[in-house]
Amino acid sequence: MVQNQRASSAIEILLYPGACYPFAVSQIEVSNLVKEYRVAERSSGLAASIKSLFHRKFTIARAVDDLSFSINAGERVGFLGPNGAGKTTTLKVLSGLLHATAGSVRVGGRDPRQREIPFLKQITLVMGQKQQLIWDLPPVDTFAMNRAIYEIPERDYRETLGELTELLTIGKLAQRPTRQLSLGERMKCELVAALLHRPKVLFLDEPTIGLDVSMQATLRHFIRAYNERFGATILLTSHYMDDVTALCPRVIVIDKGRLTYDGDLTALVHRLRPHKRVVMRTARGEQISKDVPAASLSSAVSELLASNEIVDLTIEDPPLEEVMRDLFGESKGAA
Amino acid sequence: MIQRVLKIYPTLLRIGFAEAVAYRAEFLVWMLSMTLPLVMLAIWSAVAREGAVGGFDTDRFTAYYLATLLVRQLTGSWVVWEMIREVREGTLSMRLLRPIHPLLAHSAESLAGIPLRAAFSIPIAIGALLITSPAHHIHDPVIGLCAVAAFFGAWALNFSISAMVGTLALVFESSIAIWDLYLGMFFLFSGYLVPIALFPPMMGKIARVLPFAYLQSVPVEILTNTFSRTQAFEQLAIQWGYAALGLTCLVFLWQRNIKRFAAYGG
Repeated sequence: MVQNQRASSAIEILLYPGACYPFAVSQIEVSNLVKEYRVAERSSGLAASIKSLFHRKFTIARAVDDLSFSINAGERVGFLGPNGAGKTTTLKVLSGLLHATAGSVRVGGRDPRQREIPFLKQITLVMGQKQQLIWDLPPVDTFAMNRAIYEIPERDYRETLGELTELLTIGKLAQRPTRQLSLGERMKCELVAALLHRPKVLFLDEPTIGLDVSMQATLRHFIRAYNERFGATILLTSHYMDDVTALCPRVIVIDKGRLTYDGDLTALVHRLRPHKRVVMRTARGEQISKDVPAASLSSAVSELLASNEIVDLTIEDPPLEEVMRDLFGESKGAA
Repeated sequence: MIQRVLKIYPTLLRIGFAEAVAYRAEFLVWMLSMTLPLVMLAIWSAVAREGAVGGFDTDRFTAYYLATLLVRQLTGSWVVWEMIREVREGTLSMRLLRPIHPLLAHSAESLAGIPLRAAFSIPIAIGALLITSPAHHIHDPVIGLCAVAAFFGAWALNFSISAMVGTLALVFESSIAIWDLYLGMFFLFSGYLVPIALFPPMMGKIARVLPFAYLQSVPVEILTNTFSRTQAFEQLAIQWGYAALGLTCLVFLWQRNIKRFAAYGG
């Protein structure tokens, strides 16, 4: 596997000679990205409606503000931030749907704005709230259409389709009209449609939204397996921190369009919550939870054990939801 | 590039046809709603019973309006509704992510609906042949080929206009108002409601210059054997000129405005 990744990196260095990374190839490069929207503003009421007929007021909303980061080939990165932080806008710029107001973006060595065929063939964008499956036809028809559009050779198509349907346990689902599938079943088929052409870069925008816990776990497992199997680069946004914890060793956090953190997920947790959570269950059935500094963990645990009759004890990092709440709260406070 | 499109296009047509079949009930109701020419036929036939109107007797009115119905069914394009919906809901994103130009995909979907409409229209064509006199039937195979070319030209022009207004949804919040305006002009100048030959002379001249006649009246006139070969070639040349201009303007408008797509709603 490691050898495969190295070979793949070497090939990519040959393909993208502009990149100067001796060991890791940068697959996504974002420099000083700015994206602004022109938004019409109007007060409520009849008078405002009539006034807007003659004079429309526009404001500029800056969704992404001087954002820079770089992601290497094969990395799995969580892209986090509160609602309206600019995550989806950034993903849309990276996939070529939106044109940046300023700054530069390169994905796989190409400018997404050009929407060149080789670029579109090496990326995919999966949005949990949007679908590409044709509503009244079975997913197999969308698969067949994608096979033609992405010019996938028949043999590769059969092979990839077989692998993906097996990994996602789709079975005969793909032969039923899309409208008759459950949300989870549809999402599985969406993933197949999005990955048939074996993209090297996956932009996943809330891929597990609305799914039950078991389906979320299935998709997480699948995304990880795809990344390991094909060495694909993954940039994932999700409000489910379990997705991030399970998939992303690195996270990029943005708020109000600005970068607030880029680095190791564990380091972020330790920086914001430099303590461990000790959860104990006493013989009387009580559950006690206590946050203690990591440095004094052993003495704190000894103390707790001495003063209580403990039948169960676990030591864990604070839940990521709490860490994120702290982080987003911090930025709100700063604003 | 052309080779690539030719390779992909049959699959797009096949999927588009499957989609049209999936919506067959809705499709049938919609086609029945397009029977305005039959209403016009009833009105003008009643008038013509008293005597021919501007050279149109009952037989010619019958041929004209049945051909009108046929042309509208087989060459109409309503891609504007789909395009506006996709821009407003942000689902255009999904099209833009695919390595095929969205306009090509739309054109395939539009063309793919035609066989189903043909299934509805062929009985009308057979009925028209049975109830109208041979004077209004095509006897010259060259005129027959011109009629086929006029059908394709009318579809291309219809598609380009419909898609141009759809593209304007990237610029205006309610480009459907432009479509309503266009439809008004179409009904007035295309010969859909009243044959251009019955227009007042000045209005008739204007109608022959505007593109609307080439969407409807010209294919109908070729189909009802009104033109000589020379006239048919002339009219076809103008129609295809308009279609080429329409498609060029469409591509220009698309390229100019697609960067304004805000991809809301997702």
